Amino acid sequence: MTLELNMVEAITRGLSQLLEEDPAALLLGEDIGANGGVFRATAGLQDRFGPERVIDTPLCEAGFVGAAIGMCLVGLHPVVEIQFDAFVYPAFEQLVSQAGRFRWRTGGAYGLPLVVRLPYGGGTRAPELHSDSPETLFSHVPGLRVVVPSDPRSAGELLLAASRCGDPVIFLEPKRMYRRGRQAVPPTFVEGDLDHAVVVRPGDDLTVIAYGAMLEVAEGAAERLAQEGVSTRVLDLRSIYPLDRESLLQAAEETGRVLVVHEAPRHCGIGAEVAALLQEEVADALLSPTLRVTGMDLPFPLSQNEDDALPSVERVLAAAHAMLEY
Amino acid sequence: MGTPPKLTGAPPSSARGPAAGAPGAELLEGAITVLGLPEPEMVAALSSWPRERALDLFTAIAQLRAFDERAVILQRQGRIGTYPTFYGEEAVQVASVRALQNQDWLFPTYRQTAVATLRGCPPLVPLLMWRGHPGGWHDVMKYRVAPICVPVATNFPHAVGAAWGAKLRHQELVALAYGGDGSTSAGDFHEACNLAAVMGAPVIFLITNNQWAISTPVSRQTKVRRVAEKAAGYGMPGVRVDAFDVFACYQVVQEAAERARRGEGPTLIEAIGYRLGPHGTADEPSLYRDQIADRLWEPMEPVRRTRLALVAAGLASEEELNQILAEAAAELRDIGDAVESCSPASIQEIAGSVHRETPWELLPEGLWEPTWTGRGDAGGAP
Repeated sequence: MTLELNMVEAITRGLSQLLEEDPAALLLGEDIGANGGVFRATAGLQDRFGPERVIDTPLCEAGFVGAAIGMCLVGLHPVVEIQFDAFVYPAFEQLVSQAGRFRWRTGGAYGLPLVVRLPYGGGTRAPELHSDSPETLFSHVPGLRVVVPSDPRSAGELLLAASRCGDPVIFLEPKRMYRRGRQAVPPTFVEGDLDHAVVVRPGDDLTVIAYGAMLEVAEGAAERLAQEGVSTRVLDLRSIYPLDRESLLQAAEETGRVLVVHEAPRHCGIGAEVAALLQEEVADALLSPTLRVTGMDLPFPLSQNEDDALPSVERVLAAAHAMLEY
Repeated sequence: MGTPPKLTGAPPSSARGPAAGAPGAELLEGAITVLGLPEPEMVAALSSWPRERALDLFTAIAQLRAFDERAVILQRQGRIGTYPTFYGEEAVQVASVRALQNQDWLFPTYRQTAVATLRGCPPLVPLLMWRGHPGGWHDVMKYRVAPICVPVATNFPHAVGAAWGAKLRHQELVALAYGGDGSTSAGDFHEACNLAAVMGAPVIFLITNNQWAISTPVSRQTKVRRVAEKAAGYGMPGVRVDAFDVFACYQVVQEAAERARRGEGPTLIEAIGYRLGPHGTADEPSLYRDQIADRLWEPMEPVRRTRLALVAAGLASEEELNQILAEAAAELRDIGDAVESCSPASIQEIAGSVHRETPWELLPEGLWEPTWTGRGDAGGAP
């Protein structure tokens, strides 16, 4: 038996499974109880698991992320919901100065089983500070894992894995994909693989690396390129930190051209890291420079201009053509 | 830290309070105190203390003092790095540990660097930390003492989470977080107090108001004259106590812990003191405060003050207290050798302590250095 779920329903189901299977798991956040969260990702969970496991907090991201760190010390496995990407910034100090350092600070003895869920990214015509893509900030912080699912199934599976991996995970949910479409998922999620990228479309001429909502853009471009006779591999990165080095090197070696797509600003983005890695390790295998199609180094534009900043199929195609003609 | 200036007036004969004219002495008015009572009342109050407990408190004060003095010496000898002395805060720190139970959690800052030693952590551990050796971090589960928190106030939410989490798990424990007057200006203090009160978390916020945050006086931290008044804004009790008085502090922490265990939520304790020393070994207080005036607080110094009281109350003789002090100092006399002889950790070991499974970025393959000599076929990348 399978279910047809969209991403936000799959997240609800993943959280529900987590609460069922792990008595130490609990959810914390603003308006996640009766309201079910601003995106309804926790809809019905408080009714089912009670107000001591699905907890509405006061408005205090630093406070409840910090409290979640303390909860880990008494054996709990908190999953924190931040309402929107940019609302995590007040908790930045707790994540950077505290969560990421805790295992190191105990000589490796004690890690924090903490997940911070972060609906992120643009394309939803939201107000200012509701569309940021802050993955680079967190991937630069030692001790944090940064994970991005791209579809309903990976959202459920990676969420389970994140809570069980024993280290703090920034779990970025591409909110624009929340209700994009349904996918068949098993009634019970298996724990996902946090360490590996996934080839979602095989190809030999070019690899497009993307994650989150940009997978859809990458696949759209790959489809168009196929019509032109170009075989495009699409790699869903999934883990932003650590990176799946083997899959990246393999893509470069087997296709010779690697293009990275992300909606976060370009400067010091994941694309830069991938390009640096490839030129350091497999420069001789590259048939073209590695290009990046990314968001701009701008505060994410207000809704009328957001499409100007977001990577599109057309921008990816233009970059791909340039690489193929190099 | 220069040589302390000599007192200009007569040496203090009493340990009841700071000498006349001591800056900020008026903050002690109305604070709970035992050692600040007139001597007959103080003696009467101490008579209810079992001799063993009183001696244990003094011994712990002596141990903290010995640690602090030794650490300053080691810093002067160049055997550890910069060190934040807690000279003068021994009484409140000892009380905070001893009035709680061993299952209760402590969340110290750098000013409480040795509180874990009162729970059995070897003094070598915090000293190694100040030497910059990773052996200075400890397994927090062993003593239920979190690693010291460097950014002040960020430890408050952790204590709230531990206490609140324990309550959700029906574990009977209390968490205590330390801070100074400066920490109460930080946002995390506000969020933690509010969250704790709303959730009824069994947590104690122990604020030692030593009236200075490096060079910033408490008057530049807050417009409230009494830090404990801030508690009203969160709907929790605020209690004021004499920070140089181990007995009063013990009583106040114990009452807060009992409240917490009864399910009545958090308490804000303002322990009123004065920073008798510099902020740390790299600090030069003569740049910003009147050191003659500072010396007017010296009568409150906890070793001397506690000793005078115990002798006056007939709980101990001067000789046996001196013996305790001598033993505590002797215990740490040679610790500098142990600190120095600890071989440095390898960077690979440190890299292996950051994640449960060390990612390739931190393994030799991720730290690789190019070994080729030519290009492409001429040399070949590794």
